[in-house]
Amino acid sequence: MSSTELRHTALDALHRALGATMTDFAGWDMPLRYGSERDEHVAVRTKAGLFDLSHMGEITVTGPEAARLLNFALVGNIASVGVGRARYTMICQADGGILDDLIVYRLAETEYMVVANASNAQVVLDALTERAAGFDAEVRDDRDAYALIAVQGPESPGILKSLTDADLDGLKYYAGLPGTVAGVPALIARTGYTGEDGFELFVKPEHAVELWQALTKAGEGVGLVPCGLSCRDTLRLEAGMPLYGHELTTDLTPFDAGLGRVVKFEKEGDFVGREALTEAASRAEQNPPRVLVGLVAEGRRVPRAGYAVVAGGEVVGEVTSGAPSPTLGKPIAIAYVDAAHSAPGTAGVGVDIRGNHEPYEVVALPFYKRQK
Amino acid sequence: MSNPQQLRYSKEHEWLSAAGEDGVATVGITEFAANALGDVVYAQLPEVGDTVTAGETCGELESTKSVSDLYSPVTGEIVEANQDVVDDPSLVNSAPFEGGWLFKVRVTEEPADLLSADEYTAQNAG
Repeated sequence: MSSTELRHTALDALHRALGATMTDFAGWDMPLRYGSERDEHVAVRTKAGLFDLSHMGEITVTGPEAARLLNFALVGNIASVGVGRARYTMICQADGGILDDLIVYRLAETEYMVVANASNAQVVLDALTERAAGFDAEVRDDRDAYALIAVQGPESPGILKSLTDADLDGLKYYAGLPGTVAGVPALIARTGYTGEDGFELFVKPEHAVELWQALTKAGEGVGLVPCGLSCRDTLRLEAGMPLYGHELTTDLTPFDAGLGRVVKFEKEGDFVGREALTEAASRAEQNPPRVLVGLVAEGRRVPRAGYAVVAGGEVVGEVTSGAPSPTLGKPIAIAYVDAAHSAPGTAGVGVDIRGNHEPYEVVALPFYKRQK
Repeated sequence: MSNPQQLRYSKEHEWLSAAGEDGVATVGITEFAANALGDVVYAQLPEVGDTVTAGETCGELESTKSVSDLYSPVTGEIVEANQDVVDDPSLVNSAPFEGGWLFKVRVTEEPADLLSADEYTAQNAG
């Protein structure tokens, strides 16, 4: 895809003025990093970081049967989500394969916002639209209706408090409320993809620059820095959070990915994938295939997605994500590994790094958990 | 970003100093390349005594996002690898033309297509 066909967020000119290195991410021209991605990563862990996530795909579902539709279309019990709360969930194919992982916000009794990955937004929109047949509910493409700005890190509550009267102390993790930030109407959500406390602010695109600048100013004294997608990836990797296309694909069910807990069989009525997922659940219990584990390098060479995990000269798994971890100071990876080699501390496991078998320690995920 | 005039450059973004009387030249990667890589976290450099060939790989540089082959801009014998960069690969980002140099090579042959600073700058602008 040539750069002229890339989509640009409302903050594009600002990123360029900040000297960002841009990258094509799912058809969007997005900031990869502004300076050192390691410094950006450390800022989010210790102070605060500011992200443009406007590429994420917002889909609004409204109507008297919005809850029933989402309970049918998604694997979670969306009807049980309280107004003002959010839920991590997935949308699966009839065969149980994962189409995308999602965050669903219940904005009102009969209004939800579904946030899909940029790379899957069209797929999710199409699936929801198709699955809505027969339900008294409307599925609306709101991708262009929102810009999304995230402020993440331990200083983020203080930064946001200086710009809003909204009750942030009452806003729990995975909750969202409408409010005003820096004079701009926003949906304020306490969500993120970094393993830190933080907020995601959904605003109209025409308000994005104003909000970004206000947040930048409010964070000046406490070390807030603009952050690109490169550090977002290492932050989520340390936090053990899956990324679609890496840990999650249509070839895997939520049970294969160790995320069977998102599938709610006990909810009322049928849902897409129920039958296949019931089988996948018992298969995973009786005869687990590969297990998603963490790997920590003993050396300095970095494992990359697609590299083979080896033990005793045999391939026993595959790396799905890998990077140097700024927090651990060592390369880390998430990998699917045969159950026999998946227990933390399993000896003799390595990664084939371009022909060399480098030793790795098997650990439980996540690599990093913030102190609360 | 400016590319020092006294250096010559390969299309693969290595720089080469003028060889001294002993025929030894210093090699590194350019600031343009370092910026494109992002934070370098691991450098595998050729070892002293290794023979390197112009245009062929002689090591690798790993950054957060990727691993990149390191090419030698000339043919010759390695006389020194920069241990400072092995110990602290971020030198490649912070001082690509100075403390972040990668290796010294006794040049036996150099290709005809090395670029001047201006030619290299023009290549990257295109």
